[in-house]
Amino acid sequence: MRYYTRDHEWIDVDGDAATVGITDYAQGQLGDVVFVELPEPGRTVEAGKEAAVVESVKAASEVYAPVSGTVTEANQAVADDSSLVNSDPEGQGWFFRLTLSDPGQLSALMDETAYKSFVATL
Amino acid sequence: MSMMNQGRPTQPETSGSTGNPTFTGNRALMLEEPLIFEVGAPDVTGVDLEAVPPHASRLGALARTAPIGLPGLAEGEAVRHFTRLSRQNYGIDMGFFPLGSCTMKHNPRLNEKMARLPGFADIHPLAPQNTVQGALELIHRLAEWLKALTNMPSVAMTPKAGAHGELCGMLAIRAAHEARGDARKVVLVPESAHGTNPASAAFCGYAVENIPADVRGRVDFEALVARLGPDVAAVMITNPNTCGLFEPDLKRISDAVHAAGGYVYCDGANFNAIVGRVRPGDLGVDAMHINLHKTFSTPHGGGGPGSGPVVFSEALAPFAPLPFVVEADGRFHLVEEETAKAEQHDLSFGRMAAFHGQMGMFVRALAYIMSHGADGLRQVAEDAVLNANYILRGLEDVMSAPFAHTGPCMHEALFDDSFLKGTGLSTLDIAKAMIDEGYHPMTMYFPLVVHGAMLVEPTETEGRQRLDQFIGTMRHLAEAARSGPAEQFTTAPHFAPRSRLDETRAARQPVLTWQPPVEGRLAAE
Repeated sequence: MRYYTRDHEWIDVDGDAATVGITDYAQGQLGDVVFVELPEPGRTVEAGKEAAVVESVKAASEVYAPVSGTVTEANQAVADDSSLVNSDPEGQGWFFRLTLSDPGQLSALMDETAYKSFVATL
Repeated sequence: MSMMNQGRPTQPETSGSTGNPTFTGNRALMLEEPLIFEVGAPDVTGVDLEAVPPHASRLGALARTAPIGLPGLAEGEAVRHFTRLSRQNYGIDMGFFPLGSCTMKHNPRLNEKMARLPGFADIHPLAPQNTVQGALELIHRLAEWLKALTNMPSVAMTPKAGAHGELCGMLAIRAAHEARGDARKVVLVPESAHGTNPASAAFCGYAVENIPADVRGRVDFEALVARLGPDVAAVMITNPNTCGLFEPDLKRISDAVHAAGGYVYCDGANFNAIVGRVRPGDLGVDAMHINLHKTFSTPHGGGGPGSGPVVFSEALAPFAPLPFVVEADGRFHLVEEETAKAEQHDLSFGRMAAFHGQMGMFVRALAYIMSHGADGLRQVAEDAVLNANYILRGLEDVMSAPFAHTGPCMHEALFDDSFLKGTGLSTLDIAKAMIDEGYHPMTMYFPLVVHGAMLVEPTETEGRQRLDQFIGTMRHLAEAARSGPAEQFTTAPHFAPRSRLDETRAARQPVLTWQPPVEGRLAAE
């Protein structure tokens, strides 16, 4: 099941494991991404707080953790080739994986339909 | 309108043309200039050195085995190389430079003359103080002006530039909290603040939290007050803010922050818009840096170093950095570590710099202040604001100005990219087309609170003719953006020494040093 935040992160959840990235809308707004800073595995992240940094030709932006948890893996492929964030933001361009500490937080996020109508208002 | 009044054609000869069609690659007397490594080699250097007599090297394995690869040029060619490069540069002495937030105003030549006086230019920071009384008096006089203009009781002259001043202010705030055993951890920074503010607070060890801007482009007062508490060390607020707007709630904000036990840092980078009109000390500010290189016209942006003195409130003054100049019985001396205790400054947090600050900039700033006088400085602010509003109102119908409905702006006019909707063009394309028209582009994509921001700061030193010419150019570009063809913009600049550069590739695969040509390629040539 995929959820979305108002800050344009997506999170794929499978049990208590999840994968996080930024949406296609976000990469379009950022423009060409030139650098990605990812959290170290083992780091605990808090819902709505900074977990990663993405830098484009226009600006540097923080990527927030959609939910709280512990990082289990960072996507080395994105660290090596940040253009993956532009070419496949919601697939190979994922940022990090984490173990959820409070799955109840997911209820505050949007599903795909809700996110699409949210983006249409921007 | 396809011709500007300089008579220069504005239509590109061929869309997307790159390079010059001449045999040499030069464009009339604008000369194409290779890298110095490409024109010079040690065998053409202007100096003949005698061959080294045979000797036994003691370097062993450390001896160089490959050529060192340094360029060598005869003196005349070296002079030409750098002079040609300088002609490709653009500065405030060349033309209009509307770089928002940077205040690229004219640097009066009188300032330069004063700064070159040997009594200021040729002294050493360790010279005995009784031999440099004039220089110390100058620092003291400038400090008195800065205190009077801000209505603040104390000033640290040593910080070297704006962000260094922010760091100085935040270190004083941290020292003040620590002195009362209060370990506050959070600094609030509104979205409308300068981009360096969060970095300065983080560098001081604080956790930074954002406060949103409201629909008027100002600090959301309710959101800020709601976040105040015993963990908030300070609020860093930029006034006028980075949207070029005055923060009318600053006094109320200061009162609320003080009531919650915090301090107010004001980023004074935009003080040039209010100098002589508003005294930050009256608004409850505890610390504020003043960019001498913006407000008081000292050169910057390649023309000279910055200088960022910080004024302090009564509450923070005891923590101000050393050294500083004091006057006693008509003599001037520096308060330094050895004498700090005796002069009751032992709470000072330390030093921001080894010596006394940017002496050359102090001379220029004081020359500027004294040649304008108090009334002249007030007019500087008024004219800066008038010029920005002239541009805002001259362009708001063809561009899009998100906060124009809230009333006048201060010293800079902010536009967003909604007027480009449907054209397929971006702020970047407009900026590149401005280069073809002979303008340094405005600040773009900052502030982040508006989409595709274009921040135009004309400064007070531009006359009406120049402003009209700029407005005419921007109106032409805005109309051309709508009527097309888009390629005129997407491939711009067409007349610059280099056409559109690949910024993405430059950021992803930067080549930061000269790469020697590959051996095989040389042999083939």
